Amino acid sequence: MDERAAPILELTKVERIFGGGRTLFAREKPAVHAVQSVSLDIEAGETLGIVGESGCGKSTLARLIVGLDNPSGGTIRFKDADLAEIARRDPAALARRIQYVFQDPVSSLNPRKTIRSILEAPLIHLLGMKRAKRQERLVQLMDAVRLRPDFLDRYPHEFSGGQAQRIGIARALAAEPEIIVLDEPVSALDVSVQAQVLNLLAELKARFRLTYVFISHDLSVVETISDRVAVMYFGRLAEIGPARSIFRNPRHHYTRLLLRSVPVPGREVSIPETESAEMPDPYDPPKGCAFYPRCPAGDALCVSRQPPLEPAPGSTSHLAACFHPGSVTGEAAG
Amino acid sequence: MSAVAQTVSRSKAGGRPQGLRLLLNNRLAAAGLVVLALMIAAALAAPLLPLADPNATAPADRLLRPLSEGHLLGTDALGRDILSRLVWGARVSLAVGISATVIAAFVGSLIGLVAGYAGGRTDNLLMRGIDMVMAFPYILLALAIVAVLGPGLLNALYAIAVINVPFFARNIRGITLGLSRREFVDAARLSGKSHLKILTTEILPNVLPVIVITMSTTIGWMILETAGLSFLGLGAQPPQADLGSMLGEGRKILFNAPHVSIIPGVAIFLLVMSINLVGDGIRDVLDPRLRSGALTRPVARTAIELDDEEGPSSRTSGGNLLDVAGLRTEFRIGPTVHEAVGGVDLHLAGAECLGIVGESGSGKSVTAMSIMGLVPTPPGRITGGAITLKDEDLLAASDERIRQLRGGAVSHVFQDPLATLHPLFTVGDQIAEAITAHQPASRSQAWKKAEELLRLVRISNPAQRLDAYPHELSGGMRQRVSIAMALANDADVLIADEPTTALDVTVQAQVLALMNKLRREKNASILFITHDFGVVSAICDRVAVMYAGKIVETGRTSEILAAPAHPYTRKLIDCVPVLGEPERRLDAIEGLPPPVSDLPQGCAFAPRCPIAQPECRAQAVELAPLGKERAARCLYPLTHTTGVSADG
Ligand SMILES: Nc1ncnc2c1ncn2[C@@H]1O[C@H](COP(=O)(O)OP(=O)(O)O)[C@@H](O)[C@H]1O
Ligand code: SF4
Ligand code: SF4
Ligand SMILES: [Mg+2]
Repeated sequence: MDERAAPILELTKVERIFGGGRTLFAREKPAVHAVQSVSLDIEAGETLGIVGESGCGKSTLARLIVGLDNPSGGTIRFKDADLAEIARRDPAALARRIQYVFQDPVSSLNPRKTIRSILEAPLIHLLGMKRAKRQERLVQLMDAVRLRPDFLDRYPHEFSGGQAQRIGIARALAAEPEIIVLDEPVSALDVSVQAQVLNLLAELKARFRLTYVFISHDLSVVETISDRVAVMYFGRLAEIGPARSIFRNPRHHYTRLLLRSVPVPGREVSIPETESAEMPDPYDPPKGCAFYPRCPAGDALCVSRQPPLEPAPGSTSHLAACFHPGSVTGEAAG
Repeated sequence: MSAVAQTVSRSKAGGRPQGLRLLLNNRLAAAGLVVLALMIAAALAAPLLPLADPNATAPADRLLRPLSEGHLLGTDALGRDILSRLVWGARVSLAVGISATVIAAFVGSLIGLVAGYAGGRTDNLLMRGIDMVMAFPYILLALAIVAVLGPGLLNALYAIAVINVPFFARNIRGITLGLSRREFVDAARLSGKSHLKILTTEILPNVLPVIVITMSTTIGWMILETAGLSFLGLGAQPPQADLGSMLGEGRKILFNAPHVSIIPGVAIFLLVMSINLVGDGIRDVLDPRLRSGALTRPVARTAIELDDEEGPSSRTSGGNLLDVAGLRTEFRIGPTVHEAVGGVDLHLAGAECLGIVGESGSGKSVTAMSIMGLVPTPPGRITGGAITLKDEDLLAASDERIRQLRGGAVSHVFQDPLATLHPLFTVGDQIAEAITAHQPASRSQAWKKAEELLRLVRISNPAQRLDAYPHELSGGMRQRVSIAMALANDADVLIADEPTTALDVTVQAQVLALMNKLRREKNASILFITHDFGVVSAICDRVAVMYAGKIVETGRTSEILAAPAHPYTRKLIDCVPVLGEPERRLDAIEGLPPPVSDLPQGCAFAPRCPIAQPECRAQAVELAPLGKERAARCLYPLTHTTGVSADG
């Protein structure tokens, strides 16, 4: 990945703060910075993986990208238009182009609706399709996610997790979007079913020329499916770059820790860290690098200010936000 | 899970009629329904019935006793026919009660829906308003409203409706709030639905049963309240009859002519009672929690009904810390029997860690919970096998003994630490309690030990953390606290059911390292349930792979990972991406495991097995030894020598 084509999605210093403001009695309410100063580009046709531990802001970022939520600061541009602007003016227009697949396949399907009416909703409300045309499209969709068309008149509780997730994928595909944001789409599934869904996603991507934003806390899944990977820590980008480069030559100490923590068959457990793994207090974020308390290479510089996201020497695409990216005991994964 | 979902759906295919049948099965509700139907029929047919004019006075015939000629139930102080007034009065009372319920339900539900869905400021504003209404005593408020509007039936109706609005609003808001956070609401937004559409087509259908339940349980009270207002002279105005005003008029002559008040009193009682019985019946039918029998409290220990006469402990090999032989556990739900565990053999030596792997629903958890009788009864029961802990037969042990062992010699760590930790007690209290329940220790000694345990599981600031409540800790810390609790009494066996599945990788690595260390230092054996081969290889000496309630392969971890013998094990290993091997194609296992209520006759894996032969389907396949400590339940095991695949 050298010089990149014009991005389809461009995030600049995106920020999302929850809470804050003042109460009726003018007392300041505590604010949580769920996403802070995230800048990244997504190119048409690629899969960008986003990893990080729970609570690091992955899902918040995902909701911002599909317009379910608005950024408190910064901009998201979708093909030269402001995404928040489209979301406000014409939510359907945005939903036609960016779709979402939810983590919990069961809770994302209304228990009192048939699969038919769940899948018809985007066809009616986003595409304004006529009845006869809809029937044809429904059959196509079911075929695309390899479900039998006679499942259309059943209710969600009659499906297993893997089947329910396929329905969720079919719904996202219904309006023929360009980008699909997948928020932990396989985490709730059994390992055997995970593989089925991952293979299906890969096939659909090639067939419909989709762009994926794939969020997961499972590094091996992200490594399998992504072209590029962004690692998030405490609401910020810790590192971003081509998947191979991130997994072979991580430059942020948090990425290194993640890679060492994954249990790999045949590898001994090594205690990856001795002290507590707690994240900083979100109500009182540190001034410097949030990873400092857990970092083996941190020093006074790291506490003094935020490390900027900078490219690795000799690469324009691999960036890390670390003051001392090189100096480690050298134990990358793989 | 899916298996159960499918069987449930099948038996539910009947749909609606089943609801009515269920209602009629409830004898009280059925009786209520009969009484109510009669009363409603009479009230509806009032104009058609050969009744006297309810308002025609006849001073000559005043206060006739019941059964007097021409007046079946006698007459009142003005000589009006009581039967006729009763029927017409019931008509009025029912109409008012039902209208008030409908109005209250409509307004209340609307407020609840809007408040719950909009949230934020709207919610705050609406609910504060509701709180204000609720701040007044119930009947006083009704009186105040009627006082302002002036007495009259219609005003009484409004008053009753108003005071019942908060009841609906609060109920419905709670449900709506929960539903609005569900992902299907976001999904509907992304399908292009407007807020109004989402509220009416996505949320309302889910809330409707609750509205119906609430209506059916409040309508009786509303009729009673209307009667109350009329009784006080604030509702129906003379000469119009309603049940409450009849009661009120009769009150003054209670001693001379008791029938004038007793008859409407009994009518009110019957009406309200029958409505409430029917309402409770409807609630029981509609409320899924009640329908599934979840509210029947399970007994403290799994029922044991050994029906095979193998003789207990005939097959235990001896010398092991824990021995499970031929364990069978099943769930009986209605007419179907789910054979969740169908003959499992396990053994665990001192300081050993045995992993149980398999897809969800394969019976891993039920196997583990059967050991200490933790499978809920009903519907679960142990129907066969033997479990021995240090030569003690656990299936024959008394409940008291099992209680002693639980949390003592054998302790559990579950996937969700919140399932073991009580939300209202501090961490210190709970660990100390676990200690004093099994050891003669004073409170301060127990507290000291609790602190040591927290230090052992590497929680920083243990002395301070003892005062923390579970919700004040992160997921990883909570799981470490439940491990500390499991270690409180130097357990010999630790049963860990997916203890790291819900944790982040870095925390998982810590918990695994911790468990490994404790095993070495405290000599505890671990039964470790997981679906992740990476985790297995990190901590387990041996593995047992489960499929459809049976062990299909067992052996040393390294050997199984290097050369699985059972096709299922092979597939299970191959379908998981491995870090550092992104190019490897994931070999998915097509299809789903068979439902344990309907297992195939032969090998349970045959429908999904790539090398299945006709023989495989013919008869049950036995677990056959394949060398030292190694066994597989397969007629055509993938042997190490034939080199079916390249091994790492
Ligand atoms: N309380 C219960 N009532 C009815 N069926 C149950 C209950 N608990 C488990 N089962 C059923 O028993 C089987 C085995 O479940 P389980 O041991 O939880 O599987 P695993 O732990 O391998 O995921 C499944 O079919 C499951 O649905
Ligand atoms: S900036 Fe400093 S503390 Fe943060 S990861 Fe890099 S070396 Fe560690
Ligand atoms: S017994 Fe037959 S069907 Fe079953 S796993 Fe072995 S080869 Fe496959
Ligand atoms: Mg389980």
